[in-house]
Parts: sequence; C-alpha cells; structure tokens
Amino acid sequence: MTVPEKIRADGVHKVFRTRRGRIVALKDVNFSLAEGRFLAVVGPSGCGKTTLLRILAGLERCSAGRVHIRHDDPAKPATAMVFQEQSVLPWMTVRENIGYGLRLRRAAPDHIRRVVDYYLEVIGLADFADAYPYQLSGGMKQRVSVARAFAVDPEVLLMDEPFAALDEQNKMLLQEQLLKIWEGTGKTVVYITHSIDEALYLSDQVLIMTAGPGTVKEVIDVNLPRPRDIGSLRRDPVFIALFERIWLLLRQEVLRARQQAGDRTG
Amino acid sequence: MDSTLQDEAQELHRRRWDRVLSVASPLLLLALWEVLSRAELIDTRFFSRPSWILTTFWDLLVSGELVRHVVISLMRVLVGFTVAAVPGVILGLTMGLFRPVRAAVEPIIAALYPIPKLALLPLLLLIFGTGETFKIMTIALGCVLLITVNTLAGVVNIDPVYLDVARNFGAGRRDFYLTVALPGALPVIFTGLKLGMGVALLLIVAAEMIGARSGIGYMIWTSYQIFDLEQMYVGLLLMAFFGYVSTLFINLLERWIIPWKRS
Repeated sequence: MTVPEKIRADGVHKVFRTRRGRIVALKDVNFSLAEGRFLAVVGPSGCGKTTLLRILAGLERCSAGRVHIRHDDPAKPATAMVFQEQSVLPWMTVRENIGYGLRLRRAAPDHIRRVVDYYLEVIGLADFADAYPYQLSGGMKQRVSVARAFAVDPEVLLMDEPFAALDEQNKMLLQEQLLKIWEGTGKTVVYITHSIDEALYLSDQVLIMTAGPGTVKEVIDVNLPRPRDIGSLRRDPVFIALFERIWLLLRQEVLRARQQAGDRTG
Repeated sequence: MDSTLQDEAQELHRRRWDRVLSVASPLLLLALWEVLSRAELIDTRFFSRPSWILTTFWDLLVSGELVRHVVISLMRVLVGFTVAAVPGVILGLTMGLFRPVRAAVEPIIAALYPIPKLALLPLLLLIFGTGETFKIMTIALGCVLLITVNTLAGVVNIDPVYLDVARNFGAGRRDFYLTVALPGALPVIFTGLKLGMGVALLLIVAAEMIGARSGIGYMIWTSYQIFDLEQMYVGLLLMAFFGYVSTLFINLLERWIIPWKRS
C-alpha cells in the first residue's frame, strides 16, 4: 500500500549569523514522511532538531533548500506546534488557552466552546477550565499546550520535547494520553525527543540526526504493533533490538558532539 | 500541638498590637502638635494648630468650596492622565513589536526624557495660555514618556515563546497587540502608571499655582498670598489624601485587570 507523502525536506540548510560568526545549524537535511505517520527525531543536544521543527512550523526560514508540507484542507492549519518550554499564555485561563488557536483562526464562538469542552474532558482539566496557569502544575500546563495544538485540528502536529521537563511518572501518563488522543485522528506527527524509550513507544519511524551541523544519519522503521503498552513494550525483543541499534548510532554522534564542545572550549 | 497554638496566639496578639500602634502614633503626633501649639512652644504663625485647621476644613467643606477645588483637580489629573496613557501605551507596544519603529523613536525619547517636566511650564503657558488645555497638557506631556518607556520595557520582557505561539497559529497584527503584547506588558505598564501618577500630582499643583483660578494647587497658592495658613494646611492635607486615594485606585484597577498575576 502506498500512503501519500505529507512532509518533504529537500537539501535544507540553516545558517545563523551571530556576533561570534556563522553557525551552521543544519546541513543538507533530506527526508520525507508519509501521511498519518508518527516520526520521532532524536539526536545529540545542539544538533539542530529544534531548528528543523521551527522551519517546519514556519517560524524560521531555510538558508537553502526547502521544506514542503502538503496542505490538503484549507479549512485546517497546516501545522500546530507544542513547544518545549512553558508556552501556555499566563494571562489567559485554561479555557481561553485551549481555544486560542481557534480564536486566531476566527472560528465561531460556539464552535470554540464545543471543541474546548471536548478537550477539557479529554485532558481531565474540566474542573480547571477557568483557572489561570499559575494555579496549575507543570504537567497540567503541558496538557493544556497539547490540547491547544490539537484543538485547531492541524494536518501536521509538531512537538518539541513537550514532556521533557516533567517527572518520569507524569511523562509516562502523558505519553499514554497523547497516543490515545492521536490514534484515530490520522494526523502526521513530528516529535522531538532525547529519549530512545519515548521515541520507540510513540513513533512509526525514528530519524537519527548527526552532531551539529545536523543532518540525517539514518531513519529506522519501528515495527511494533499498536496499540502499545508502555509496560510490556520494554520486554519485547523487537523493542530491545531497536533500542540497541538506535543507541549505537546515537552514541557515535553524542561522542562527536562532546568532542566538538571540547575543541571549542579547549 | 500545644506549642503551635501558643505560637498562633502570640502571633495574633502581636498583629493586634501592630494595628493599635499604627493608628495611635499619628493621633499621638496630632495631640502633641496641639499641645505644643497651645503652650506656645511652636510658632502658630507658621505651624498653626490642628483644631484651627479642622475648623477651617469644616467651613470650606460646608461652603462647597473644598469640593469644587477637589473635583476640578481630580478631573484635570484624570483627563491629562488618559490623554497620556492611551498614546503612550500604543507607542510603547508598537516600539516593542516593530524593531524599526523602536530604532527610530528610542533616541528621541532618550533625548527628551531627562528634561525636568517643570521646565516645560513656561513653554506650555505660551502655547496654551492659562485655560484648561494648559493644565491637561502639562500632565499629559509630563507622564507620556514615562508610560511609553515602561510599556516598551514590558513588551521587551515578554518571553519570545508567546510570540512564537501566536505566529504559529497565524496571528494577525491586531492579534499580536491585543493577545500578546498588551496583556503580557500589563504588569510593567502598571508600574509606569504608578510612577506617572506621582508625576501627575506634582505637575497639577505646579500648573494650578501659576495658571489657574481653581483647584487644590490654586487654593494652596492663594492661601500663601493672603496668609491664610489654616487653608494652606487643608490644601496640603488634601494632597496627601489625593495621593493615597490614587494609589489605592490604581492598585484596585491592577488587581481587576491582571487577575492572572501571582499575588
């Protein structure tokens, strides 16, 4: 079966000019992702993962090359991003935050209310609808930020280590919840993470990036059946084999990144 | 458990004592003033006497003159303040959101900012005469830069991720102003408004002393000219009251407009 292509990156370069000179963040990045697939991106710190995601989100431009996201339904936004850091707007209530994207898209108020009510239930924050972010825990805030992205019903969901700042238990619960919301929506997802576990639990494909300047080292298919169970998955021999394979690839790059950092300071 | 209860009781006791002290000390000072003045240990030609001031206050209140002065001063401050706040906030937001605007306007503000606002009074008298426009423009011009600078600082301090969120959802220009820049800058804008209120009170008195026929500043100045010391003290008392009420008002406004701020 052939699934149509949703995202394509062709020779993407990104150069930042800073006071200390040019920094090549991305160098000739090429990949493509089929519609409805969940792609996890792993790579050493500073390899340009976030830059790549920001380019896909339209928040940065490529210095050379191009990305193409097939935008089928003009009624839906092409992308919506879940940011790594706390990005829930402090001056809006939970309800206003979840509906923020829809409001900017000039959706009808009763449509916004219906969608927001639905997601308040899904993320279990119905009782906190009128609370302000300062009254929420870190995990609750990230749930709001995920709901805000889902609420605009984007064709592609971009997630930048959304649960990285949370404790292990919360992280696992939210990963589970994320899969539950995502399954059945048919959305294409690009998900950045540091954790191989997380990548394997969530994704259909894992893209491994090299140390900076970032480029694609390898893309590996994750042939694990869904729905997946976070507990038993770790004992699955396929999971273990994939974990080792990815770790070996990643290890080389992490070591290279460390050496580069040493060169720079030494 | 016993000891916590004891601690609590002690704490309550201490707090009640604090309250008693903070009411008693000003009253004590007034009593001391009255006593010293009656004993003629201080010169009543300069320092008057609380009971006389109170009598004058009552007379002015009953005659309606006091209310007239207070209301007109209040109106001038409010109108002048609004005339400053609206363009000040808009300019500050625009400078914060658009780099070229900031680059063009910032040096002008930096050059004008250090001029003591009182130095503008003669020029404003020349331009506007002694009418209401003069008083309003004095306050407006005195406060506008302060409000602009604080609004700009407020926008600059907004975490850029919030702007990214708006951009990612396809925000238009209006959305950037109304859903990110303005609400995000509000806490610092209020700091500017509080500072501006202090400047406004200073300027209203100065403007009313040199170019007005009403208002608290006028009242204080005429008291000096006719050597009605009690009336002058009433004017000073009113200014203190004015400052207190305006701070209270801005604080209330702040709590109402920024309910999302961690207290």
